[in-house]
Amino acid sequence: MPYIPHSNEDRQAMLKAIGVRSVDELFRDVPEAVRFPTLDLPFPLSEMEARWELETLAEANFSVADGPCFLGAGAYHHFVPAVVDSLLRRGEFYTAYTPYQPEVSQGTLQAIFEYQTMICNLTGMEVSNASHYDGATATAEAVITAVNAHRLKRRKVVLSPQLHPEYRDVVRTYTQGMGLTIVGDEDPGADSSQLADRVDGETACLIVQSPNFLGQIEDLPGLAGAAREHRALLVVVTDPIALGLLKPPGDFGADIVVGEGQGMGAGLNLGGPYLGFFATRMEHVRKMAGRLAGQTVDAAGERGFVLTLSTREQHIRRERATSNICTNQGLLVLAAAIYMAALGRCGLRQVAELCYHRAHYAAGRIDELEGFAVLRDKPFFKEFIVHCPRPVREINQYLLDEWGIIGGYDLGRDYPHLQDHVLLCVTEMNPRQEIDVLVEALQEVTE
Amino acid sequence: MTPPLIFELSRSGRCAATLPELDVPPAELPVELLRDDLPLPEVSELDLVRHYTRLSQLNYGIDIGYYPLGSCTMKYNPKINEEMARLPGFVHLHPYQEEETVQGALYLIYSLQTFLAEIGGFAGVSLQPAAGAHGELTGVLMMRAYHLQQGDTGRNVILVPDSAHGTNPATTSMSGMTVVEIPSDGRGNVDMAALQAACQEHGPRLVGMMLTNPNTLGLFDENVAAISELVHRHGGLMYGDGANMNALLGIARPGDLGFDVLHYNLHKTFGTPHGGGGPGSGPVGASARLVDFLPRPIVAVDEARSSDGEMFFAWRDPPQSIGRVKAFYGHFGVMVRAYTYIRMLGAPGLRRVAEHAVLNANYLLSQVRGVYPIPYDRVCMHEFVCEGQVADAPDVRALDISKRLIDYGFHPPTNYFPLIVHEALMIEPTETESKETLDAFAAALRQIAEEARSDPDLLLQAPRQAPLRRLDEVRAAKELRLRWEEQGQELL
Repeated sequence: MPYIPHSNEDRQAMLKAIGVRSVDELFRDVPEAVRFPTLDLPFPLSEMEARWELETLAEANFSVADGPCFLGAGAYHHFVPAVVDSLLRRGEFYTAYTPYQPEVSQGTLQAIFEYQTMICNLTGMEVSNASHYDGATATAEAVITAVNAHRLKRRKVVLSPQLHPEYRDVVRTYTQGMGLTIVGDEDPGADSSQLADRVDGETACLIVQSPNFLGQIEDLPGLAGAAREHRALLVVVTDPIALGLLKPPGDFGADIVVGEGQGMGAGLNLGGPYLGFFATRMEHVRKMAGRLAGQTVDAAGERGFVLTLSTREQHIRRERATSNICTNQGLLVLAAAIYMAALGRCGLRQVAELCYHRAHYAAGRIDELEGFAVLRDKPFFKEFIVHCPRPVREINQYLLDEWGIIGGYDLGRDYPHLQDHVLLCVTEMNPRQEIDVLVEALQEVTE
Repeated sequence: MTPPLIFELSRSGRCAATLPELDVPPAELPVELLRDDLPLPEVSELDLVRHYTRLSQLNYGIDIGYYPLGSCTMKYNPKINEEMARLPGFVHLHPYQEEETVQGALYLIYSLQTFLAEIGGFAGVSLQPAAGAHGELTGVLMMRAYHLQQGDTGRNVILVPDSAHGTNPATTSMSGMTVVEIPSDGRGNVDMAALQAACQEHGPRLVGMMLTNPNTLGLFDENVAAISELVHRHGGLMYGDGANMNALLGIARPGDLGFDVLHYNLHKTFGTPHGGGGPGSGPVGASARLVDFLPRPIVAVDEARSSDGEMFFAWRDPPQSIGRVKAFYGHFGVMVRAYTYIRMLGAPGLRRVAEHAVLNANYLLSQVRGVYPIPYDRVCMHEFVCEGQVADAPDVRALDISKRLIDYGFHPPTNYFPLIVHEALMIEPTETESKETLDAFAAALRQIAEEARSDPDLLLQAPRQAPLRRLDEVRAAKELRLRWEEQGQELL
């Protein structure tokens, strides 16, 4: 019997101690009419059979390990050093619960405290929480924080059409019962510089992404000015890998910085589990959702860490809590912390530079191809827009079938004015040789 | 004593990673956009490994010992599941790949949706929600959307029992609705008279009720059928908090008990690890009435692209979907683990899980009875709640008992929850623990009760066998130190 240690003798002794004759008797409170249903599930497997089945399913996929990948759009193929997973596999980390008992959870708590510090340093902010489910839900929580920071008196949210389309969707799902007005992305072709005009005295926050969904670096100083003028909070969604190179949003006056931390050690995993990071200024710390590790001392005066400011949270405040979040992405926080510590001051910059230079090399080569044109109206980091001579779907099919290449993201899916435009992503995982192969393949497409 | 922080180990010029040389001509960097400095730690790979290994040794996990944390279902996390979740053909899949390249993964998701629907008695399941609380938000928004779609715009009240998890009322508020709390009766069930009154008072405004069953006292609500009938009669819907599904696997299907929507916790019931606080996974099951409102997308069979004997799986948006609750599709890595678990147990194995979870809880209850007060003393399900109080030891509280358990090598139970029990200790043994472990735990509880009377300081000063003594949480909240700063560390 998998994972159940009881012998027959154990069961008999236990039933006797309880004072019942059978296990079934323990379920008398369950209405008889629906008690003990027959579940229609496949026949149980032994471990080796389960392994075979799962291996067969895994092998039925074509993964980014099977061929060059130029797909990004919010989930990125970045390198994960072996130390990350090696340490994540320690049972002391992954079989622990949320650190409610700090005396036996210092490993988790200190790792969260270190992660919070690294996120603050990376984003240029004062305080980070212990994470949200992903970049999209962190963005939705940023909206709720901003509305609460304005004591519910401002109910308008301005968001950029170049914010990830799924993040915009999640913001709307989360807030559908809150009576908010969400504007800014009515025209998917509008430039983010026009957002400044939408911010007014009713606006709780302005949300921009930089580098944005299209890979472009936004004019944050300009947008920050508009937000400041009307006392709206500026929420910046960003890519932590880009921050290895670029000025942190905190330097531009961002009030909340969130983003997807998947690139820092999480792997692609078909979209999850990922990691939403969330950092803000100390003035908003009590309006921020999520778990927080704080430093303190024990009864003997030793430094230690605990979960703190829990009076903000659902288990204390119940209906007066601003969020219902309890679980965070504990193990992915640990992965990100180990990743950031492994790469460190110089390594993360090196990763970012590899992304930047290779993406620009790829853009330059593709731009030279007959029929292809790279849009260069704004600076970009690791993703760029290419106008294609044929529908993106056809090009991607050709790349996959003939070259075993996973092509870019079809921007026509979300941006009608970008039909036949593909978003290509180049990271440190795409050596020059792969880029040259992509260029050759794209050339073939038009022949 | 705790180890130095990683920042305190940092020495200029060290790096634990190696990266390739730049192999393309460098592009011009936009100087005005570049950061000056990146204050991250600089450590060698060995320093890094030793640091996090040492941190891990300060933790307590299921792999180390007994972890009877009530309502959290800290069961064994099978190692095969970890291996399967790390198969390269799963790990290296990009969420936006063409469906034809990820058919193995989509088959797994489709199958898990189907398994969970069967286990819970629902018409459909979405695996998108990331955790239990996230599943709650999903379910409550679905109930809201259902009423609105019916043209029923005046509904904004959700009934929540006083024994509920804090997430239930918090979710309700987050969804823009109002909580009406329903008291429990003397047997730990929902108070039917109070429920009746609330339904009458709020009837036309009733969105529904959130009910955990078995509830947080570990008791199966004997009136569940009547509750569901009453709420439905007033136009409300029944939300099931599936935190305690470990007691119901193969025993009863929430859909059959009248629930319209329910979240599962893959990280509790289906053996996936808690990871020190995540990642969880909180799939949502829905009855025929609500299935069209599930978050998008889910996996369906694409008939047009299927051929004889070969099904083609594709992403589909439910027609009335409330929207996305997160980017992409959910915690796929957690789904792989849960799928492996369900495939290995099958229907007979799942029922044995629930049976032994309930057997263990009742056995432990029989061993604790008479040592600590049991406020609702009847046959329990997968967990029970006692009062952390000892007669003749008035200074001793539940917290002290918990901390003393650490000295005996056990993780404490859940403290001070549910709120309706004074000095609550909520104990959930799970099915994966042996009789010897339960006996040792019960012996420790008895010994501690004895110590409480003879030498209460042993409890009040506990723990002494942990890496740290009791931590000053008041100070942490007062002198907020939420990140490391180079100066000022000596102040403490």
